[in-house]
Amino acid sequence: MTDITPSAPKGRFAKIIDSDIFFSYRTSPVAIVSSIVAAILVLAAIFAPWIAPYDPFSPRTLNLMNGFTPPMSESMLGAFFIFGSDHQGRDVFSAILYGSRVSLLVGVSAVMFAMILGVSLGLIAGFRGGLTDTVIMRIADIQLSFPSILIALLIFGIARGILPPAQQENMAIFVLIFAIGLSDWAQFARTVRGSTMVERQKDYVSAARIIGVKPIFILIRHILPNVLGPVLVIGTIGLALAIIAEATLSFLGVGVPPTRPSLGTLIRIGQQFLFSGEWWILFFPAITLVLLALSVNLLGDWLRDALNPRLR
Amino acid sequence: MLAFIFKRLGQSIIVMLAVALISFIMFRYVGDPVASMVSQEATIADQELLRERLGLNDPFYVQFFRFIMNALQGNFGISYRLQTPVADLIMSRLPATIELALTSATIALIVGIVAGVFTALNRKSPIAAGIMAFSLIGVSLPTFLIGIGLIYIFAVELQWLPSFGRGQVVDLGWWRTGFLTETGLRSLILPAITLSLFQMTLIMRLVRAEMLEVLRQDYIKFARARGLSKRAINFSHALKNTMVPVITIAGLQLGSIITGALITETVFQWPGIGSLFLSSVAVVDVPVMAAYLIFVGFVFVIVNLIVDILYYVVDPRLRVGGSSKGH
Repeated sequence: MTDITPSAPKGRFAKIIDSDIFFSYRTSPVAIVSSIVAAILVLAAIFAPWIAPYDPFSPRTLNLMNGFTPPMSESMLGAFFIFGSDHQGRDVFSAILYGSRVSLLVGVSAVMFAMILGVSLGLIAGFRGGLTDTVIMRIADIQLSFPSILIALLIFGIARGILPPAQQENMAIFVLIFAIGLSDWAQFARTVRGSTMVERQKDYVSAARIIGVKPIFILIRHILPNVLGPVLVIGTIGLALAIIAEATLSFLGVGVPPTRPSLGTLIRIGQQFLFSGEWWILFFPAITLVLLALSVNLLGDWLRDALNPRLR
Repeated sequence: MLAFIFKRLGQSIIVMLAVALISFIMFRYVGDPVASMVSQEATIADQELLRERLGLNDPFYVQFFRFIMNALQGNFGISYRLQTPVADLIMSRLPATIELALTSATIALIVGIVAGVFTALNRKSPIAAGIMAFSLIGVSLPTFLIGIGLIYIFAVELQWLPSFGRGQVVDLGWWRTGFLTETGLRSLILPAITLSLFQMTLIMRLVRAEMLEVLRQDYIKFARARGLSKRAINFSHALKNTMVPVITIAGLQLGSIITGALITETVFQWPGIGSLFLSSVAVVDVPVMAAYLIFVGFVFVIVNLIVDILYYVVDPRLRVGGSSKGH
């Protein structure tokens, strides 16, 4: 995407500083703020076991006497909770750290799954054309017109019917990833198919074909790198959508098992205490979810504008 | 136009058959229908007898044909969980969902269009800037959080409105409406706003963008030069031409209305078919799931058909040229 001037040899770092993308990043306050927020949240999730003051899921450290402690205060037993504690005496702050871990894990895996599936199908459809193309894109059309939460719910229900009950708890997270990923691939396939059809006509592909490179290598080594730009954008926005989809499914009670709560599960739990005045059990997970989804989404928006040469 | 409608009808039937096939496969192969119907004491022989009587040993296409014939007559089998006919369950829940969806669609269209026109005509006013900033929230917040937030503000803190259920309903034959009682109307407000917010902001942003585009065009300048009143220009010249994309998007957004309704019904414990479907997913009540899928497919097909016909009504260019093929 960025062309490098052949004049003075530069270090890799200087090259990044000089690039168009970095310039557009530096001049966009929205991009800077949202990337910082996203980075903090992601790092906090990754290092949860070291940051979290309590282990929220170990029965040894849970004490019902700590229950319903308001934020920034000490419980009867003298334990301190920044974001308060829930009905079981669980530290809300630690639960959020571990919860965003689950949310991010599911979100990232689902997007990766959707990306791999969608990009491969899009490459094949765009490269082969003809009947293959028609069949794949028709399925994508149907998929796109159907709401993804509904598809995920159906897959979830079917998986429940097929899997033996003993397996369901363990498999729930994989079913969730599969369901969200499968309801999201069509976007990738559509975009990649479009750009593959453009790339296919270009001289470098013909040249590769003439010297006898196998089609699969042309696709992976030559065409794939040239169609990845938009994929990155869709992937980033897709991550925000996947995080919200996971939260929605968990909120609806069909997502991850309650033994490993995600942000959506925490919101579901917190909702029960809305009427009795313990607002913090709901509020902090909700605000974390919104910040996470919003910052990733804005980052994706910025990336779309930055990678679009017409807007430069 | 008739030929066009017939062609679309043909496509719709194919889509419906595909949806029916998926839900039949689910109905037949997810879980064992016999195991969920017989009592604990039934012998293997009893089960075989029931299997034969239900026609589960027939070839695939015979069973599929029978499934479609039954579905056409409104027979979707018996709910595993509630032991009542699925059709009755859906019919008893349908009015709640339709009333919720229609109310919120009306709110979304009216508020969305009015706010869109307002922000387009008063681009620099602080009120317009405020509305635009507010619309960002509507687009980016997940539906269930909007619902919870509204419950917290209006039901818990202010205690103005009820937070769950439909209130008192009145029986009109088989249709139980909440429109006729005070509690029914009050219960409707929060769920309807929750469901409409996403559509509303979408329609508003679209109308605004389209209006700005249209207002720049020559025929608007000409209309101004002719000395027409502002109102005539804005509403009968400009707004009319923004309607085609609005109809397209509103039609395409049907899917998000259906999932939005599902989530809203859960948050507000609204007794509609969305919450019925959700509780059937939780316990793998396959007949209800299959029937819901067919229902959703049917709504999709009907709404797409209506949207296609609306193009003809709104855009006269499509009516004149026989060669133009719609969008």
